[in-house]
Amino acid sequence: MNSERALSPKNEWDLIIRPRRSWWDLRLGELWRYRDLIWMLVWRDFVSQYKQTILGPLWYVIQPVATTVVFTVIFGNIAHLSTDGLPPFLFYLAGTTVWSFFSGCLMSTSNTFTSNASIFGKVYFPRLSIPVANVFSNLISTAIRFTVFLAFLIYFMIANPNIRPTLWILSLPLLIVIMAGQGLGMGIIVSSLTTKYRDLQQLMGFGVQLLMYATPVIYPLSTVKGIWRYAILANPMTPVIEIFRLAFLGKSTLPPLYLIYSTVFTFIVMLLGILIFKRVETTFMDTV
Amino acid sequence: MPDIVISVENLSKSYQLGVIGTGTFRGDLQRWWAKQRGLPDPYLKIGETDDGNREGETLWALNDVSMEVQQGDTLGIIGRNGAGKSTLLKILSQVTAPTSGEVKVKGRIASLLEVGTGFHPELTGRENIFLNGAILGMNREETKRKFAEIVDFSGVEKFIDTPVKRYSSGMYVRLAFAVAAHLESEILIVDEVLAVGDAEFQKKCLGKMGDVAHEGRTVLFVSHNMAAIENLCKRGIVLNKGSIEFIGTQDDAVRNYLSSFSDQKVSLKDRDDRMGSQSVRVTEINIRDQKGNLLNAIQSGQAIDICFHFEVNGSTPIDRAIFSIVVKSQLDVPLFLHHNRLTRQDFGVLPRKGSFIIHIPRLPLPPSTYYLTYSIIKDNSYLDGLNNAIQLTVIEGDFYGSGELPPATHGNFLLDASWHLKADSSN
Repeated sequence: MNSERALSPKNEWDLIIRPRRSWWDLRLGELWRYRDLIWMLVWRDFVSQYKQTILGPLWYVIQPVATTVVFTVIFGNIAHLSTDGLPPFLFYLAGTTVWSFFSGCLMSTSNTFTSNASIFGKVYFPRLSIPVANVFSNLISTAIRFTVFLAFLIYFMIANPNIRPTLWILSLPLLIVIMAGQGLGMGIIVSSLTTKYRDLQQLMGFGVQLLMYATPVIYPLSTVKGIWRYAILANPMTPVIEIFRLAFLGKSTLPPLYLIYSTVFTFIVMLLGILIFKRVETTFMDTV
Repeated sequence: MPDIVISVENLSKSYQLGVIGTGTFRGDLQRWWAKQRGLPDPYLKIGETDDGNREGETLWALNDVSMEVQQGDTLGIIGRNGAGKSTLLKILSQVTAPTSGEVKVKGRIASLLEVGTGFHPELTGRENIFLNGAILGMNREETKRKFAEIVDFSGVEKFIDTPVKRYSSGMYVRLAFAVAAHLESEILIVDEVLAVGDAEFQKKCLGKMGDVAHEGRTVLFVSHNMAAIENLCKRGIVLNKGSIEFIGTQDDAVRNYLSSFSDQKVSLKDRDDRMGSQSVRVTEINIRDQKGNLLNAIQSGQAIDICFHFEVNGSTPIDRAIFSIVVKSQLDVPLFLHHNRLTRQDFGVLPRKGSFIIHIPRLPLPPSTYYLTYSIIKDNSYLDGLNNAIQLTVIEGDFYGSGELPPATHGNFLLDASWHLKADSSN
């Protein structure tokens, strides 16, 4: 008799908890309602990362510059890899600035479930808030690195009149969206799968490193010939790096239309990622 | 007729026991491939049969639970460990999804399965209030509005700009509860969070939850603390092995729960570690309340009789027997001894069958598990005796009539005492 009352039309439920939602019930609107949480998480990452360090946010600058110096010495001065006639330091700095954003997004979102299991087990909020916040955190650190890159770029432009940015600079927002989208999409796919297969966690570290060598980060696309060229072109991150260098350093051999391929790929991987993620989030607490 | 704000219909939740999947991708692939070809699972243990659905490995944490909660209800959820209390709260809090069934909710739910979820040790108290508020579903404006109240309630205003990793655990918990207690929601779900913090703070928390209930908000409260349940809740629900055993008033629910400790009826026949000549033999031990009901768990402060049924073997009449009991803690520390000579109560000649009964007017033990040892001695030699003959389960009770008990970590006994203040007459 009670259930009849529950069915009467005056009762409108705010929330219905069911075993499994349909594939397309993504509730992305919820993310917007929790925007304050996303912002707080970004802010937490930023504030807590460098508390009790002497150099603080300077580490955002030191890391890419140090990496670039190492790359310059090893790949430029020792291995003499071509940089399309660009100053090796600037070439590698551009590569690592872009790459670190993508790999940062990928790495930090890929352990969403396993590293937040204790919070997820105690309170509900849209689980996607965490990887989305991770992407924004990475965006902040990348903005700092990008400023460093711009500083060096201006210095080199004064010294070398051959280095001139092109109008492709305007594509920067698109490049950022592509990198964030691919990092996030792949990251949440991995994080969803790691709830079942911990193997993937082991794979991630060097997997990302291998991926870097399959992307023209430390070499220009122009040096890759034959069948390898197709392989590198199939990598959806290749257009991003190449177009970035075309935009800021004025040199690339990639037909810019490849950016469309990258964009489509990003869209697919994001959609796939969100679908899988949403599928896993309702019950992962039982398997982690 | 108040609105129904939570409606649970045929809710079930199952967990797979043992290893789910083989743990690696390769293993799952092999299992899948074997299944495709109709071969048995290669990862099955020897002796296991593949019955397809693997029913034997499924645990139903909740089994076909239906209930309704009305607006303004304060509902205590009680049950033993593994009864499904936490699973129910987890489903209501959307931490995990049910296996079948449906829950419909009206209004916003704030659930407090743990205090301090998401606290970051490096951040200050102030920063953590905002972070924790956001995790619990408050937006920045709400947190700002409640900030002063939260700080005030927590009592840590002096340290509000200190990283919480420097807080004492008590301060940490106080701050964390303060944030949660100020959530604006129509429904509050609380899981046993009162087990933390000192007694004073626990009282404050209970008071706060009482306030919440008086405001007409709905509270679902899980606890092992019967005193807290009795104080706070109007209605009670008893879960047992995943099903609802009882729904009703809080009094009836607690009574139902206490009588459900059913596996305690002692069979002493199988014990082979008895001492003494066995010319008298205790055959059964049971504990009864003042109405004669059998108890399986005793509340602190309850009046009880412990009855030792005995039989006399042989034809020699036995007199001047001394019956003694010792109650020990779980760490085997003797807590007290009592025998009938202490109170000068001579039993005379024992009948062939009968019971030794010790009456304890107000059990002075805090909630825990204890062991009862007994012995029957005559002229310095044992007639019967059994070490740790039965277990005593003591649960929360209203020893002081105030609803409050000191935590078990602060002593093994509840002291019957009272206070008064006397002004110094010399000034």
